[in-house]
Amino acid sequence: MRDFNFHRPASVAEAVGLLRKHSGGKFLAGGQSLLPVLKLDMADPSDLISLSGIAELRGIRVEGNTLIIGAGMRHAEVAQSPEVQRTIPGLARLADHIGDAQVRNRGTLGGSLAHADPAADYPAAIVALNGTVQTDRRTIAADDFFTGLFETALRPDEVITAVRFPVPTRCAYAKFGSHASKYALVGVMVAKTADGVRVAVTGAGPYAFRAAALETALGQSFSVAAIEALGENLGVRADDLNNTAEASGAYRKHLIAVLAKRAVAACL
Amino acid sequence: MSTTTTPTPKGPLGQPLVRREDRRFITGQGRYTDDIVLPGMTHAAIVRSPHAHARILSIDTTAARQAPGVIAIFTGQDVAADKVGGLPCGWLVKNKDGSNMVEPPHPILVADRARHVGDQVALVVAETRAQARAALSLIAVEYEPLPAVASLAAARAAGAAQVWDQAPGNVCYDWHLGDPTATEQALKAAHQIVEIDVYHNRLIPNAIEPRSAIGQYESGTDSYTLYTSSQNPHLIRLLLGAFVLGLPEHRLRVVAPDVGGGFGSKIFHYAEEALVVWAARKVGRPIKWTAERSESFMSDAHGRDVHMRARLGVDKDGRFLGLHVQSQANLGAYLSTFASSVPTYLSATLMAGCYTTPAIYVEVKSIFTHTVPVDAYRGAGRPEAAYLLERLVDKAANALGMDRLEIRRKNFITQFPYKTPVALEYDSGDYHATLDMALAAVDYAGFPARREASQARGKLRGIGFSTYVEACGIAPSAVAGALGARAGLYESATVRMHPTGSVTVFTGTHSHGQGHETTFAQLVAEQLGVPVDSVEVVHGDTARIPFGMGTYGSRSLAVGGSAIVKATDKIIAKGKKIAAHLLEAAEADIEFKNGAFTVVGTNRQKTIGEVAFTAYVPHNYPIDKVEPGLEESAFYDPKNFTFPAGCHAIEVEIDPETGVVTLENVVAADDVGTIINPLIVDGQMHGGLAQGIGQALFEEAQYDESGQLLTGSYLNYGMPRAADFPFFKVGNHVTACTHNPLGAKGVGEVGAIGVPPAVINAVLDALAPLGVRDISMPATPEKIWRAIQDAKAKAQH
Ligand SMILES: Cc1cc2nc3c(=O)[nH]c(=O)nc-3n(C[C@H](O)[C@H](O)[C@H](O)COP(=O)(O)OP(=O)(O)OC[C@H]3O[C@@H](n4cnc5c(N)ncnc54)[C@H](O)[C@@H]3O)c2cc1C
Repeated sequence: MRDFNFHRPASVAEAVGLLRKHSGGKFLAGGQSLLPVLKLDMADPSDLISLSGIAELRGIRVEGNTLIIGAGMRHAEVAQSPEVQRTIPGLARLADHIGDAQVRNRGTLGGSLAHADPAADYPAAIVALNGTVQTDRRTIAADDFFTGLFETALRPDEVITAVRFPVPTRCAYAKFGSHASKYALVGVMVAKTADGVRVAVTGAGPYAFRAAALETALGQSFSVAAIEALGENLGVRADDLNNTAEASGAYRKHLIAVLAKRAVAACL
Repeated sequence: MSTTTTPTPKGPLGQPLVRREDRRFITGQGRYTDDIVLPGMTHAAIVRSPHAHARILSIDTTAARQAPGVIAIFTGQDVAADKVGGLPCGWLVKNKDGSNMVEPPHPILVADRARHVGDQVALVVAETRAQARAALSLIAVEYEPLPAVASLAAARAAGAAQVWDQAPGNVCYDWHLGDPTATEQALKAAHQIVEIDVYHNRLIPNAIEPRSAIGQYESGTDSYTLYTSSQNPHLIRLLLGAFVLGLPEHRLRVVAPDVGGGFGSKIFHYAEEALVVWAARKVGRPIKWTAERSESFMSDAHGRDVHMRARLGVDKDGRFLGLHVQSQANLGAYLSTFASSVPTYLSATLMAGCYTTPAIYVEVKSIFTHTVPVDAYRGAGRPEAAYLLERLVDKAANALGMDRLEIRRKNFITQFPYKTPVALEYDSGDYHATLDMALAAVDYAGFPARREASQARGKLRGIGFSTYVEACGIAPSAVAGALGARAGLYESATVRMHPTGSVTVFTGTHSHGQGHETTFAQLVAEQLGVPVDSVEVVHGDTARIPFGMGTYGSRSLAVGGSAIVKATDKIIAKGKKIAAHLLEAAEADIEFKNGAFTVVGTNRQKTIGEVAFTAYVPHNYPIDKVEPGLEESAFYDPKNFTFPAGCHAIEVEIDPETGVVTLENVVAADDVGTIINPLIVDGQMHGGLAQGIGQALFEEAQYDESGQLLTGSYLNYGMPRAADFPFFKVGNHVTACTHNPLGAKGVGEVGAIGVPPAVINAVLDALAPLGVRDISMPATPEKIWRAIQDAKAKAQH
């Protein structure tokens, strides 16, 4: 890790201002993704602008049928939040299975989405729940947010302030974690909403994606049998999925079906 | 399962005392090498090769020399110009034809060619650690990448790239042990031949404390000090002084302070240790180097990486007649300190296991590859033997339609001493007893019901066993020497009684997680009849301790403890002379018991404290016959290896949908000889079992074809975690070692040695109904899932 200047702004506006001034800088939230990158000398920011002291990024509230979580909320806070547990228990459970206790006590929702790790858990939730990312200047629909491997629609000086999750009828997340890293080799979030069924898959591709074939099948019959009936026809090709020493594309494809079934079973 | 079968003792021996060293470790007061700060200390970082194999065309250090804080930069040219020696190999293995193995050079900085990712190319010394690291990227090394061989198969293929010109076919040696003719005859006569092909996955040791070294040169005395995270400071001093830098012992002190785990990987003499000492003189200031975790992955010696094929001949009743083993061992790019001995003398010699197989022949080819050197890692060679045999024995039982426990019992060695056909003589053991103990602890009788319950939930349950034996208590020097060891393997101790009766023990062994400060204090307290609290144990500093060989091969108690017993015996013998004088009795009439010298048949006595005081204040003293003072040293050279053995039983449940294995039962019933501290023995078992299960289910160092390490961090190297395990059931059945004064055998490695085959046998037992016959380590979910798919596909045809 190289030397850097450290800033602790009190507001989002101040943070954005600092980043514009120090264009070689980076926002720092829980540091659970950024610090490993720095330690491996894979990035060399001149300045770190901490978002941890910004009150605007905190808080969890329910507005009508929408759950709004501040970008600065830590995974453990989301997992333990009575609001989250009451409105979208599947999301609380997801947060409770991110990494380990240390990671959950530091890492934040905003950091996870901005980092856009292909194996992160939250991306499955925001895509399946059709959430929206609120930034300091606009809102971005979940389907438009992830643009590539570790890439998002965010501008370098743009701060995620909150995420809005429409409350579904039912949802559940099933994860198959890497033994080594705890990240998802595959994670599947199934959400039953008034507008239909949405199924998002994380870990298997460059970023979380929706599984159309599963959505159609589950839309017709929200059941484990509906997924079983699809057999191999999940609408994804093993060759297109991530292929690593720990899990091949073929295994990941198989896991998508297994986890989708488990998520559906958990919803029923 | 109770921890020991012997009743709780009255004296300090056998008490489950809490480790006294834990207070400083868990309150952050341990003093590890990286905690040491010397006046004027500088910091080093190392340029490491990003290529598995490359010619070094040029190194431009101009920009780095200008960087803030940079004091000096050294390359292989500087090392060569100073005629610094290479790192020596400590064990000479001979080829079948009697010629010597190939011993390539092992420079502390490479000058012309890098031979593995992580090979050390240049050393930067700077004012701070951050400055040293920042300068690394300013050093421009021009490499010409060359073809590399990263696996045994690649290194042996026709036309493979050569790691060393002097090792054609990349063969370091082609060695053998046993009787080929008798073995071939036995196999010919066999009712059936059972074959197996196994790969012992490559492992990365991952001690919690990364390696660290500080070199210091004092011009006033023209002497050097090395602080290093090592398991054997005297051995490092010998290798560094005599072979690398050409320094006599009195000008080089080596200190191995608190060390946070080694598992073998800190036995070896590493380039960084030599570099900081050599460069400290050049820069005139102390130099510290501490590995980054990613450096540990690519520069600590790895373990295992052996491929074995074997044929076992059995008669129709299941008796083993003959065994032929052919193995190929990956040594990496250089010969690490004890690399050559691991697949040979530490592995092939165990191929009898605990069975009476009369004819055995083992052939071992060791191979160079463009990977990190491979050397001893917890168990070192013996896990490979145990894994091969215990898998093979299960296979033999299957082939004959016999019960796998019955076939074991039928072939168990029961008469001791027992001379194996592969050079060892087992002194004691009771293999039936530990097997019985394990069966009871795992509730084998209840297994069918548990299997049915799993089945009802759609899960597959299996149980697996391993009845292993290992050889430790390393080692009788003459035997080791005859086999090629370039060092003696005795151990030393000095026991110093102080004037007021407290005791300091100086041991040549080294504790880096084993709890010697507690165990040895208990031992001395028992011997001398003093309170445990009044015994202090000192280790790890060549300036304080007698010449000793350090700790590995589960040798500390059996060999180091025996040296302590010898030294305390001398204290008692001298004390008798002093007591006889004080009590005005004949020396022959004095007996020593419970800390007091007594005139036999009377109540006249002197405590050992009184005797010690008299020895240091010799006013009324037999000064013509006895020297003042009460301090004795002893060296103990073991008469034989020791042979811990036992039975490990593992029960697993497998989710057939995903291939995930859940450990339901982990049982270890071992015979590790006399137990000094059962709590520490249990702790050693727990750690060993965790590492052994790690090998079986999670861990594997993987290289891609070009020699890049794919598992270079915890993101992809599967370290076992506490949450992976159920509570372990460990217990002991003691048969004493017959040839050392303690009856001790050794416990440091048995967990890692015995358990991997039990895990895989359990996995295969669970999968047997589906027709799965083989699975390699680590048995990851995807591998198991694939095995199930393949078996299903086969069943449909
Ligand atoms: C051992 C380990 C295991 C893990 N396991 C998992 C796992 O199982 N599942 C999982 O999903 N994750 C896992 N993680 C990652 C973890 O969830 C991180 O917390 C998360 O990915 C990043 O959040 P952070 O707050 O730590 O962000 P940081 O590391 O501080 O920042 C990450 C990136 O996001 C940017 N950023 C941060 N906040 C904002 C914001 N509000 N607006 C704009 N940009 C921002 C930063 O500039 C940086 O580029 C693991 C991490 C570790 C170390």
